[in-house]
Amino acid sequence: MRALEIVHAGPLALVQDLGRPGYAHLGVPPSGALDADALRLGNRLVGNPEDAAGIEALLGGLAVRAMAPCTVAVTGPLVPVQVDDRHVGSHSAVSLRAGQTLALGRPTDGLRSYLAVSGGIAVEPVLGSRSRDVLSGIGPEPLEDGVSLPLGPVAGVPAGADVVVAPAASERLVVPVVLGPRDDWFTDLVEGLGAWWTVTPESNRVGLRLDGPPLRRANTAELPSEGLLTGAIQIPPSGLPVVFLADHPTTGGYPVAAVVRRGSLGALAQARPGTSVRFRSS
Amino acid sequence: MLWRPCGEHAALLDCDSLAQMTAARATVEAAGVDGIAELVPGARSLLVVAEPGSPALKSVRELLDGADLTHPPTGSPREVTLDVHYDGEDLALVARDAGVSEDDVVSLHTEAEYTVAFTGFAPGFGYLTGLPDALRQPRLESPRTKVPAGSVGIGGEFTGVYPRESPGGWRLLGHTDATLFDPTAERPALFAPGDRVRFRSV
Repeated sequence: MRALEIVHAGPLALVQDLGRPGYAHLGVPPSGALDADALRLGNRLVGNPEDAAGIEALLGGLAVRAMAPCTVAVTGPLVPVQVDDRHVGSHSAVSLRAGQTLALGRPTDGLRSYLAVSGGIAVEPVLGSRSRDVLSGIGPEPLEDGVSLPLGPVAGVPAGADVVVAPAASERLVVPVVLGPRDDWFTDLVEGLGAWWTVTPESNRVGLRLDGPPLRRANTAELPSEGLLTGAIQIPPSGLPVVFLADHPTTGGYPVAAVVRRGSLGALAQARPGTSVRFRSS
Repeated sequence: MLWRPCGEHAALLDCDSLAQMTAARATVEAAGVDGIAELVPGARSLLVVAEPGSPALKSVRELLDGADLTHPPTGSPREVTLDVHYDGEDLALVARDAGVSEDDVVSLHTEAEYTVAFTGFAPGFGYLTGLPDALRQPRLESPRTKVPAGSVGIGGEFTGVYPRESPGGWRLLGHTDATLFDPTAERPALFAPGDRVRFRSV
């Protein structure tokens, strides 16, 4: 059987594909790779369909051993990549022979690296997806040292690209948002969201938690629970925003002031604690 | 009813009542509009998320503009009956606050018919409406850190069942042995919006 063995899982390594949208009405979050474009790119580099499952590795440190020949690519932020003792770098397709080990160093910026493998990680899908949802505990368990992951049949040939340019994570992000649905629940919202906010260490796949000058409510009403979506900027009673990411709860009882434009979700997925973020209505 | 923007590909329909939301949801569902990625009911709202590039938001808007929401399509809702052991930790508290006996609480809870209005909190957790007035009671002042899976509780205007062990602030009437959520089952959630639910004392 084609397989990949986890030698070191690093700080947190999760199987992720493009998630399981369509079940929010049953209380199931969409989940999936937080930086979906990075996973798509990795899959293209190794000749997979874009939605094949790979590994999302937080802050590098992941090492895997090929149990059969395969093609791999590491995407996301620029990160050192070694095959056995040889430096090969990220953002290019690399062939592994059976028994060879691929190891990620630590990215100098950004948070999440993606390892795509020819054939894709072929663990059993749950509700149509192999993604690990950290909020609900649905999908494959977080990876541990020594675990062996089955690989699917190789579907295509690796893309012809030699090396693609890695995106650079920024220490200051200006994020375009659409105001609403509850923008009228706040005073001076545009100015408030436009202040520099700091990403806190409490952030995770559920949401990015921000610190800064609290937003002020225009009313004290209680909001009946309503549906949430990825990118929603929810304002709890503290006035400090939470930007919901892929493993977000499906309904919530605090007002959503604005929603991030989808094109910026990848940058937020890579925002380390300490990153400065401001929101611009557009 | 008022449409509110919700990002590039979604809109939130603010409804005047839970009944209006339920009617709007049933209308959209019955019409089978193409290109809807998610249709998420809330307590007084309906979130419509479209697949990027699809005209679904416009279609839903036109559909609901022309719909008679006082006579929503009823279809044939799924009916679920759940066996409950009424041995909950808060049964005495609920009876006292309702001014009735514990047996009366059980009768009140089992005689009503409920509708799954919306979900959230955890996969498979349905907020059920139709609770008799006497059982509309506040949540516990301090939530429990651990509520066992299968616990049947009441909170405000809703009743519901905890699909798995979790923290929770609802008053507990009893428990069921039924599985509320199984992601590998053909119907992963026992309760889906629109389902009719009855509880039976065992």
